[in-house]
Amino acid sequence: MSFDSDDFALFGLPRRFALDQAELASRRRALQSEVHPDRFAAGGASAQRVAMQWAVRVNEAFDRLKNPLKRAAYLCELNGVAIDAEDNTAMPPEFLIQQMAWREALDDAATHAAVDAIASDIGAHRRAAYEGLARSLDESADYARAAQQVRALMFVERFTNDVSDRLESMEA
Amino acid sequence: MALLQISEPGASPDPHQRRHVVGIDLGTTHSLVAAVRNGLAECLPDAEGRVILPSAVRYRDDGRTEIGQPAIDHAVADPRNTIVSVKRLMGRGRADVGASLPYDFVKAPGMVRIKTAAGVKSPVEISAEILATLRQRAEDTFDNDLFGAVVTVPAYFDDAQRQATKDAAELAGLHVLRLISEPTAAAIAYGLDNASEGLFAVYDLGGGTFDISLLRMTRGVFEVVATGGDSALGGDDIDAAFAVWALEKGNVASQGSHDFRAATVAARTAKEALSTKPRVTFACVLGGVPFSLAVDRANLEAVARPFVERTLAAARQVLRDAKVKASEVDGVVMVGGSTRMPQVQRAVGDLFGRPPLIDLDPDRVVALGAAIQAEALAGNAFAADVLLLDVIPLSLGLETMGGLVERIIPRNSPIPTARAQEFTTFQNGQTAMSIHVVQGERELVADCRSLARFELRAIPPMVAGAARIRVTFTVDADGLLGVTAREETAGVEAKVAVKPSYGLSDEEVARMLGESFQAAEADMAARSLREAQVDADRLLAATATALAEDGDLLSDQERAAIGGLVAQLSAVHAGEDRFAIDDALKALGVGTESFAAERMNRGIRRALAGRRVEEL
Repeated sequence: MSFDSDDFALFGLPRRFALDQAELASRRRALQSEVHPDRFAAGGASAQRVAMQWAVRVNEAFDRLKNPLKRAAYLCELNGVAIDAEDNTAMPPEFLIQQMAWREALDDAATHAAVDAIASDIGAHRRAAYEGLARSLDESADYARAAQQVRALMFVERFTNDVSDRLESMEA
Repeated sequence: MALLQISEPGASPDPHQRRHVVGIDLGTTHSLVAAVRNGLAECLPDAEGRVILPSAVRYRDDGRTEIGQPAIDHAVADPRNTIVSVKRLMGRGRADVGASLPYDFVKAPGMVRIKTAAGVKSPVEISAEILATLRQRAEDTFDNDLFGAVVTVPAYFDDAQRQATKDAAELAGLHVLRLISEPTAAAIAYGLDNASEGLFAVYDLGGGTFDISLLRMTRGVFEVVATGGDSALGGDDIDAAFAVWALEKGNVASQGSHDFRAATVAARTAKEALSTKPRVTFACVLGGVPFSLAVDRANLEAVARPFVERTLAAARQVLRDAKVKASEVDGVVMVGGSTRMPQVQRAVGDLFGRPPLIDLDPDRVVALGAAIQAEALAGNAFAADVLLLDVIPLSLGLETMGGLVERIIPRNSPIPTARAQEFTTFQNGQTAMSIHVVQGERELVADCRSLARFELRAIPPMVAGAARIRVTFTVDADGLLGVTAREETAGVEAKVAVKPSYGLSDEEVARMLGESFQAAEADMAARSLREAQVDADRLLAATATALAEDGDLLSDQERAAIGGLVAQLSAVHAGEDRFAIDDALKALGVGTESFAAERMNRGIRRALAGRRVEEL
């Protein structure tokens, strides 16, 4: 175990997409109990510095493992497939058409119920997409396909946020 | 003093010697200091037996300063020189603090400054007077110097407000062990008292600030899941609105700052009485004429409703951020004097679908929790095993082209945290650049709070676009921002100069420190020497502990090298030469760095031990 171990090794978790969130949280607590700077409050500047670096490292890994999209991207990268979201924007045409249809529907939605309907539609799509991603990563180990699914889900997540922002502004 | 002390180098001469530490709640309306004594956290009283110190400072014409109740007694008669609710001015500019305050503000950018009978004062200096009073109280109680203090801040305080609080504590001669959030402190006191486990909300409505935090409590670990609030919303606002309403209702006009302060004092008295009585009399003297008005609870509730509604909106946002439903919360802890209002308790109970927990003293619980955390940080024997895992309350971002914000650390990220970002130069031979850091959730720089401009200098001259400057933003466990920069192609460390937008520069803090010691030079030198000696003692003790626990990680050679550095520091640590102590301190620090890293690796393995076996 060292500072450069991958996030899964650091947390003592198997290197796969399926993950028990409660277990992840409990391991973060166990790790922070060892490395948090507060554990070395009387330990002098060098111990504080090392503790700070480790605590940051544990939090960074925790954030990456907790978030399913970041976790999937990280798994692809660990397996040699980069996501390259900026350079790699080519998407299948049917996905782009679907995107545009959602965007238009959101622009046109005037009532809370209409936005709610879009939210539940995108929610169902999102769940199915994550299930597909889980299969690519954990069953078929097809990381190129998983990377493509991650890129598509990045659009979906952004749109999901826009929908919930819209719901919030309607509630306010 | 003992004539002879025989002890191992590095070992504490008296194993029963305790480090005296305190928790301080620096509140908008009142402040408290608490400590763990005989295993129990308790608030320390002053000589008259009062634990609450009103957060008020009066600068008198004769050069004397009154703090606490004596200042409050003159708040109406001498409003310009009697500063109350100074917490609302911490890290804030003139435009932030409203027009109704009776003070004579200096017209200048940056953090507000007030002209008083004792000269121009910053909120940091005024808060330091309050903190120094509490420090004195604690030192009188222990009949000993303080080792350090945990000071609480609202969870929703931004970087400038936190930094101002830390500066004030240091100005008051306190060694700040940690800044912790008020709701987190309350959760510690509540959670340990009741052995609670699960997901808790802490609703903290004080005199001037509102926080709502969601925490998961698991066997001594207090993990903040999400936090929100408003650092300019509290009982003060309800008082002011109630005063305005009463004057309007009674058809009288306020005649300036004396009158308005008299009316807000009356409003507060009436508000507090209405928590237990259905109707009371609002009474004060305006321009020498007595004014009175019969008011009932419904009048107050109508005035307070918009403020209570704002707290509920913040609470809903926190639930959304944490992705939990109100019904999943196992308990709601109420903190802050304003939660005594039945209207607030009812509204919170309705939102969470359960009656809130009101069985603890909402004024004291924050200081008590801070004291428990201070005890744990001091490493005293029998301290409770407590670990706080907090989050950053507001997103940190950078100004980019067109006044837009690029978010680098989103709100509710666990701290400590760090993010690196790469920049390049856009002119040939450019050797400096400026980075503007802002805090807030909005997309435009103008809608966020400006924290600081960081000037990077000493960038090696190159053609435009060739330099790769890696800037690392860190947020430490106090929630404070730090910036380092490095030019990657040449491997040169760039110099970072900080210009805080609403804070004090390091030079200003140094100047105030100098001024606060009137005999200047001699006292400053004595203080630096004392600090170096304390640091040396601390590091010697820590090194001895580390060697005892994990000395087996070292080769004989490494052990001997550390032993040599320990001997060097031991030889000078009690002497008068500060520079010799500093040099030996630094040498031991550097010499134990890889040992510290090895110990940390062992800790990580320990954390995972027993679990990996079942897993693999």
